[in-house]
Amino acid sequence: MSVWIAIVTVLLLAVVVLLISAPLRTGWKTGPDTDRRAELEAAREGKYREIRDAELDFRTGKLSREDHQTIDAELRAEALEILDRLQANDASMGESEASAPNVEASPPQTDTD
Amino acid sequence: MAVLGRSCLLLGLVVCAYGIGASLYGARTTQPQWVESARRSVYALALILTVAIAVLEIAFLRNDFVFNTVADTSSRTTPTFYRAAAVWASQEGSLLLWAWLLSLWSSLVLFLTRRRLREVVPYAIAILLGFGSFFISLMVFYANPFQTTTPAPAEGVGLDPLLRFPTMMIHPPMLYSGYTLCMIPLAFGIGALIARRVDAEWIRVIRRFSLAAWLFLGIGILLGARWSYSELGWGGYWGWDPVENASLMPWLTGTAFLHSLMIQEKRGMLKVWNVSLVLATGTLAIMGTFLVRSGILSSIHAFGGATLGVPFVCLIGALIGGSIYLVVSRREMLRSEHRLDSLFSRESFFMANNLVLVALCFVIFWGTYFPLISEALTGQEASVGPPWFDRYTVPLALVLVLLSGIGPVIAWRRATFANARRNFVVPIGAALVTLTALLAVGITQKPLAITMFCCAAFALASVGQEFFRGVRARRAMTHDAPPIALLALVRRNRRRYGGYVVHMGMAVLFIGVAASSSFRHQTELGLSPGQSAKVGPYTIRYVRPTAHVVNDPAHTGSTLNLGAVLNVTKGSRHVATLHPSQGYYDSSDPTQGSVGHLIGGQAVSHISMSAGVTRDIWSAIEPDISAPPLQKIINAANKTIPLVRPDEGLLALAYMAGAYLRHPPPAQFNFIDSPLVMWIWIGGLIVLAGGLIVLWPAPSTVRGRVRALARVGLARRLARA
Repeated sequence: MSVWIAIVTVLLLAVVVLLISAPLRTGWKTGPDTDRRAELEAAREGKYREIRDAELDFRTGKLSREDHQTIDAELRAEALEILDRLQANDASMGESEASAPNVEASPPQTDTD
Repeated sequence: MAVLGRSCLLLGLVVCAYGIGASLYGARTTQPQWVESARRSVYALALILTVAIAVLEIAFLRNDFVFNTVADTSSRTTPTFYRAAAVWASQEGSLLLWAWLLSLWSSLVLFLTRRRLREVVPYAIAILLGFGSFFISLMVFYANPFQTTTPAPAEGVGLDPLLRFPTMMIHPPMLYSGYTLCMIPLAFGIGALIARRVDAEWIRVIRRFSLAAWLFLGIGILLGARWSYSELGWGGYWGWDPVENASLMPWLTGTAFLHSLMIQEKRGMLKVWNVSLVLATGTLAIMGTFLVRSGILSSIHAFGGATLGVPFVCLIGALIGGSIYLVVSRREMLRSEHRLDSLFSRESFFMANNLVLVALCFVIFWGTYFPLISEALTGQEASVGPPWFDRYTVPLALVLVLLSGIGPVIAWRRATFANARRNFVVPIGAALVTLTALLAVGITQKPLAITMFCCAAFALASVGQEFFRGVRARRAMTHDAPPIALLALVRRNRRRYGGYVVHMGMAVLFIGVAASSSFRHQTELGLSPGQSAKVGPYTIRYVRPTAHVVNDPAHTGSTLNLGAVLNVTKGSRHVATLHPSQGYYDSSDPTQGSVGHLIGGQAVSHISMSAGVTRDIWSAIEPDISAPPLQKIINAANKTIPLVRPDEGLLALAYMAGAYLRHPPPAQFNFIDSPLVMWIWIGGLIVLAGGLIVLWPAPSTVRGRVRALARVGLARRLARA
């Protein structure tokens, strides 16, 4: 029994050391820095959600047509501004890095999650 | 085995220390390989603690009484299911469960953020591993679950009989999952503040974890309430016990955060408020853990004789001080990006809801901690009871239910009074109809309960109207059948409609709470077989006594079970037959005698009830085993039967049970007729369903993952070609 326990302990220690030291041993590299992009994407998704929420508020009778049109126009202008910033960010990151993600020009149709 | 467990704890501590150092070094020198190594140390910690908890679990299942924890909280007579769950019944085992769950959730969030939040993650790793090292240190230096005694005792003390109840075995892991999940937003909040990255991205990452924490805490609280109602002999589901309150407080601030984070996501507002709520929720979760383990409470939920108060006070002090410093020093970058467009908007009502929730939390905090602080300072025992809590929480709960009905019918940004008037017609109508109906059937007392019914009717009608209008709008676009349109509406707007389902569940739950607490009838009296008691409109007759030796009907491992058969009638109509009983357990204390110790442990009431959608008829019995004829049998058996012959002791108990059946002494009964209790559990299940709807990944996310996987697959095929 004690032999088995010793073997398991040593094995566990070996696995832990190998797991933790792997990035240091193999010269681990990160991908492109996408934090700025992620931040802008979060802002874009938030804005899309706002547009869809306003649409749903209008359709369920919580917003008048005039109010909806005003709010929708404001939100779309803000969304375009974010999209411009996203494209500028992609351009500054270089073509190879920017080609992977996909900038959507308009909000998906109905999902608000 | 114990050596392996102890090695795991020491290795875990080393891994935590390394991970903290590596993550901070990686952040300082911007060397990502060190951050990645630190991230992997969290995965390694999860692996190590999984092995540790498996070791302890095996020890419990094998009745390995060499382990002190096993000997103290289990026994050969403890049923296997309860033995498996007894791991977290002790201070030591529950600390291990806490650390293990924390390592699992930390691994999950760090895996999901492996390509995101690069500036925040190193600090979050350090904080999470800091918590990990704190709990492992407690185990290594104060309460080691792998401590052993040689030679091992022949038998264990056994699991506390009060905990031998199925929901009680699931309740701690749920609550601990909630507490440990609260650490994820806390760690990322602190990380975002240290890294000065307080945009919406970190909020987006932790949203699901905050929701999961809220959901698990909610399930844990509900299971605890159910246990209290179904197992403890007092017939209540909430007693404002400090430990119950401790779990409710982070749930309340978590609820506030889940509402206000939407305002930050949409409008870039309330950044200070949101980060403060995240820090407060995490700190309250730690305080809840502290309360159970500090030794300052003598609650049924607390670990008696615990001595972990000082380390916890230090941790809580550091958390509070650090949080205040970070928020104050980062206040410039936490400024709102926008201002409120209108006071009459959903944002305003969300803020009002936040204030009510935080006020509720403050009241509960005051009522829970002030007596403890006062006692610590003055040395005099002080406590506040349910009437104190009810005085402040009931009005706040009324406002909360009302707001949960107002919020859904108000538009984001700016609402107009003309639209609002139209939207409020149905909810106000429902509240007025409810009021009229209640007055018409003669319910005129209990104004607070009547107000709650009206507020709940308002909220239910408001949410119902939202679903109706949403389906109508969807059908106008797609011409689907109503059920299909409803499913599509919820599926495509999970956060909104899942949230509405939660509001609906809370309204239902509060209807149950108001009705059962205001209109219940309770009778406590002694009865002999053949006698009856009147409880509300019901007559309950004690038909005959029952007795079981070893063969416990509730399968909790009691040595003797004495009960009664009760017949419940309303007029001449038979309503139910109830079988309440009381279980007697082995104390393993030889000073009580060879037979006395077999029933000398804690006596636990096994209640019996007839539960229905309109009312529960609840009963508990306390048989009188101190009656002279029964005591005479036990005393005689103690003198004649040696301690080493428990089989003969059981025969003596069987003889005593027979005497009890032939000449039963009067038993003390507790009867409760309580209306609409069932709706508390139904409401809780609706809340759970709503939470799951919100938590479930959105179709677009799933599609996005499928597209990403397809891209990866294509790239691999091209690489091979």
